[in-house]
Amino acid sequence: MKKESFPHTSPCGSMSEVSDVETSLNWDHIGLKVGLEIHQQLKTERKLFCNCRNTLVEEGPEVIFERRLRPTRSELGEVDVAAYFEWKKGRIYEYHAPLLASCLVEADEEPPHSMNQEAIEIALGVALAMDSKPVDEIHVMRKIVIDGSNTTGFQRTALVSIGGGLEIKGKKYRIQTICVEEDAARKGEEKDERISYVLDRLGIPLIEISTAPDINSPEEAIEVASWIGTLLRMTGKVRRGIGTIRQDLNVSIAGGEKVEIKGVQELEILPKAVSFEAMRQKKLLELKEELYRRGLKKDDIVFSPIDVTLILKSSKSKVVERNLSKTKGKAYAILLRNFKDLLGFELQPNRRFGTELADYARFYGDVKGLFHGDELPGYGITEEEVRKIYDSLGGDIEKDNFILIIDEEEKALKSLKAAIERIKAAFDGVPKETRSILPDGTSKFMRPQPGAARMYPETDIPPIPISDEMLKRAFSLKPPTPGEKKRFYEEALGLNPSLAEQLIGSEQQEMFERLHSRLKGKVDPTTIASLLLVHMVSMKREGIPVDNLNEEQIYESLVLLSEGKITKEGLPELIKLLSERPNAKPIDIAKSSGLLTMGEKEVRDIVKKIISENAKVIEERGERSKSLLMGLIMKELRGKAPGSLVAKLVEEELKSFIQHRS
Amino acid sequence: MKKDINSLLVPGKRVKIRTKNGLSLSGLVLQRYEIFDPNYITLKLDNGYNIGVKVDNILEAEEEIVEERKASGEFVPETLPSEVVSKKKIHIIATGGTIASKIDYVTGGVKPVLKTEELLEMVPELRKIGEISSEILMSIFSENMAPPQWEEIAKRIYQYQQKEPGTGILLTHGTDTLAYTAAALSFALGKLSSPVAVLGSQRSSDRPSSDSAFNLIAASIYASSDICEVAAVMHGETGDSYALAHRGTRVRKMHSSRRDAFQSISSLPIAKIDPFTGNIKVLRSDARKCGNELLDKEIGKPNYKFSDKVSLLKFYPGMPPELIDFLVERGIKGIILEGTGLGHVSEQLIDSIKRATDSGIIVGMTTQCIFGSVNLNVYSTGRLLIKAGVIGLGNMLPETAYVKLSWALGNFGYEEAKRILLENIAGEYEERELPSYFPMWKHE
Repeated sequence: MKKESFPHTSPCGSMSEVSDVETSLNWDHIGLKVGLEIHQQLKTERKLFCNCRNTLVEEGPEVIFERRLRPTRSELGEVDVAAYFEWKKGRIYEYHAPLLASCLVEADEEPPHSMNQEAIEIALGVALAMDSKPVDEIHVMRKIVIDGSNTTGFQRTALVSIGGGLEIKGKKYRIQTICVEEDAARKGEEKDERISYVLDRLGIPLIEISTAPDINSPEEAIEVASWIGTLLRMTGKVRRGIGTIRQDLNVSIAGGEKVEIKGVQELEILPKAVSFEAMRQKKLLELKEELYRRGLKKDDIVFSPIDVTLILKSSKSKVVERNLSKTKGKAYAILLRNFKDLLGFELQPNRRFGTELADYARFYGDVKGLFHGDELPGYGITEEEVRKIYDSLGGDIEKDNFILIIDEEEKALKSLKAAIERIKAAFDGVPKETRSILPDGTSKFMRPQPGAARMYPETDIPPIPISDEMLKRAFSLKPPTPGEKKRFYEEALGLNPSLAEQLIGSEQQEMFERLHSRLKGKVDPTTIASLLLVHMVSMKREGIPVDNLNEEQIYESLVLLSEGKITKEGLPELIKLLSERPNAKPIDIAKSSGLLTMGEKEVRDIVKKIISENAKVIEERGERSKSLLMGLIMKELRGKAPGSLVAKLVEEELKSFIQHRS
Repeated sequence: MKKDINSLLVPGKRVKIRTKNGLSLSGLVLQRYEIFDPNYITLKLDNGYNIGVKVDNILEAEEEIVEERKASGEFVPETLPSEVVSKKKIHIIATGGTIASKIDYVTGGVKPVLKTEELLEMVPELRKIGEISSEILMSIFSENMAPPQWEEIAKRIYQYQQKEPGTGILLTHGTDTLAYTAAALSFALGKLSSPVAVLGSQRSSDRPSSDSAFNLIAASIYASSDICEVAAVMHGETGDSYALAHRGTRVRKMHSSRRDAFQSISSLPIAKIDPFTGNIKVLRSDARKCGNELLDKEIGKPNYKFSDKVSLLKFYPGMPPELIDFLVERGIKGIILEGTGLGHVSEQLIDSIKRATDSGIIVGMTTQCIFGSVNLNVYSTGRLLIKAGVIGLGNMLPETAYVKLSWALGNFGYEEAKRILLENIAGEYEERELPSYFPMWKHE
């Protein structure tokens, strides 16, 4: 049963409903602040720290090996908390190392080679485009990541430039830093304590662009993300496709806390992620208020687990049965006085405060889940069993609440403790945490936020000074901003605004640029752009396999057009035919399917033929029969001659025909 | 003005810097390695990144008040119960390398863990294996190890085993010359009364993927076993699945960086160890079981002297005979040659070799093929070498032969040393070389 407000304590409904928050939140009013971290794979020849090809592979030979990671300690004896709990869970990582795209470096069996210069220069080029200032000397760092996605247990990352910004609709957004880092391994199956990863993606260079928290609405978030995405694509040096760009965001509202949300892969999820997080923080602030309104205090929340195993021993609930049958399986519950309805309180669609507690329990105690009074009876736990639990805890079923965990004794107690800590944190509002995105745009607790202390130097790679030569090369890679490029397309190339807009950041942009420069102005840019963006796109939609075409075929077809060997009208037809014969030469196809233009004499013969066939009509209508004749002739020619030539010949021949007759 | 800036740009100071290209930076100035360009300073920014700033690029700098460093998100885990499950005693002797270390996140420096308690905190699994004690004997890179250090180590182990009989010894060592030390201890310690494991790590212990804990646990399991041999205990394969205990005289570092670099050559490891279950599987029927004897009565006290008048020489095409003459002039007492194939050198060298043996230098022949045995009877060059007084050393590894000759000449006279060189005293000769002792390289 959903409980979204506190009916018995809040008669005037001061707490908002989840369903209407998304549309009704006034972003300015709640003080929404969002910063983005955009990660984009670079299209370099080789990986960032070795000579492996920058590619993902689905087939081919592979080596499989198994590793474990353990947390490292700082000089104060501290360990990264997430790392520690991953280790405690006894995780085994199974690595699949494809021989086509990984070597000893990815296997963590060889020190990294020196950093890929090309990747640094692309990042510097992007930095220059956003007026971000390159550092004098790049230092590669190790950022501890111990979920197994890096065989080393850390991600190598280097700060390349600082500051800069961008402007959209007159508003400025600051850039904080631009970094180059290595991508992590691809996650495969996860089964119990075993997680598998594929190493082809590990080491692919990424550029990471972090904005300041200058974004104030979900719409702005998507605008900034697409602006940066477009800029990156305009370098022509980024990989495309699913998973090649990922966004992390940090979101806060006034009175809330800067919360990190990781792993947004699709741009469309971004505004949802922002508004759902804003909503969650607002709800947590409401929850805090409600706690105080009920006169509750942090100190009232104590870790006082009561063994309720006896009550549930003969429960018919499958979950209960399964967990109690474990060795040392126990059921422990903790009473929460005056907490009725608070655990069922919804923070995000289908995610209640109780869900948050369960996530904490899972992270810290490695249990499967947690029950609370607001969702019981349920899951096979009966009303009677619930009443007995209340009785044994000495609680009032009408006013109080409880949390319940059934698992191995040690795990159950540890996770209950974590849940209690999370409840205590609710008295302060929003905890500082890192969350991971869920497919619907909501998010779940992933780990507490790591400190800057998670970073230490990669001692295997000496610092890299940024030389004038590097900056020079970077300058040649500097992409124009999307606005600049649009203006160039419109003003210098004469594309219409909508075609220019469509072209920017599109997959076809790079090919357009190459074709345009190779053809040296012999084909009108609008013709090239509409072939790629209009004709070929609609052909694809019709199921014509245009992806089979190679660029050379398109280029040669355009050359035929520029030489007058085919007509503008015949071009799409030729492309269509070529896509079905990927290895064919355009000139051969044009010849064999009669798409080659005719000489003036041949066209004139056809014009004469059609005129004589239609003598009667011409006699009746005279000069007015011209458009009718044009239509018939064009149909006959099927694009083998340009319309302008046909019109000229029709004019001449018609005149001479009429003169002859009279 | 410039002078003021320089006084601020010293390691440990927190500074706020404005650069000529318009950046405002604040962070902690860090110590730079000496090999780095001195025209830059290293700055640790608040976001954790280090960057280098060109000193010429600094417009102004001012000191910032140092705040207490807070470690948000990190925590100190509760210490584990100190109950010792096993009564077996294990003593760790550190010689260098960073088998256990902590990171200074501020400077990025790595500090070795010195105390047993700290070590147990980092590798709590050790508690289950035995009662651990530790000491630091020396702290040197393994490439700087030499016969005097072998002596010192052997002496210390002997003394410790005298004082605490039955204690398993773990010797932590840099990996580069680990195999030489393992061989040296195999000869010097004679017949053991408790296991001695020599171990190192191929991935430094400041990283989560380090192999040091894995090797420490495996070595501890070996040290608490009843195998009384000196063994190098390291990763068996690239994954964290099993470790191997290699006989100290048959082990060699076969790769510059892999975890499983250490392998038994033309031989079989003594045992296979699963560090997660604690299982140890003996692979060799001739593995020496611990008895009650303290030390071998025949030899009495161990002979832990090593001569520094021995040389290991690798033959190469075009090698000039003067190299050998030079060693002779320098008063060398023994030479181990790494010949080609079955044990050959160019005939140009034979006269020099003859002069060496005539003047009382022991010259032994091993093969640079690493796998396989020398045999000086097959080709005429071999027969000429025998005539020149060269001793064929079978399938003893070149490094082991070098260590053995150094030990033999350190403790015994010429004749005795010559005799001992051919005697199989610590498994240095593999008497039957089986087809399965050669690795199967993958070609497809």
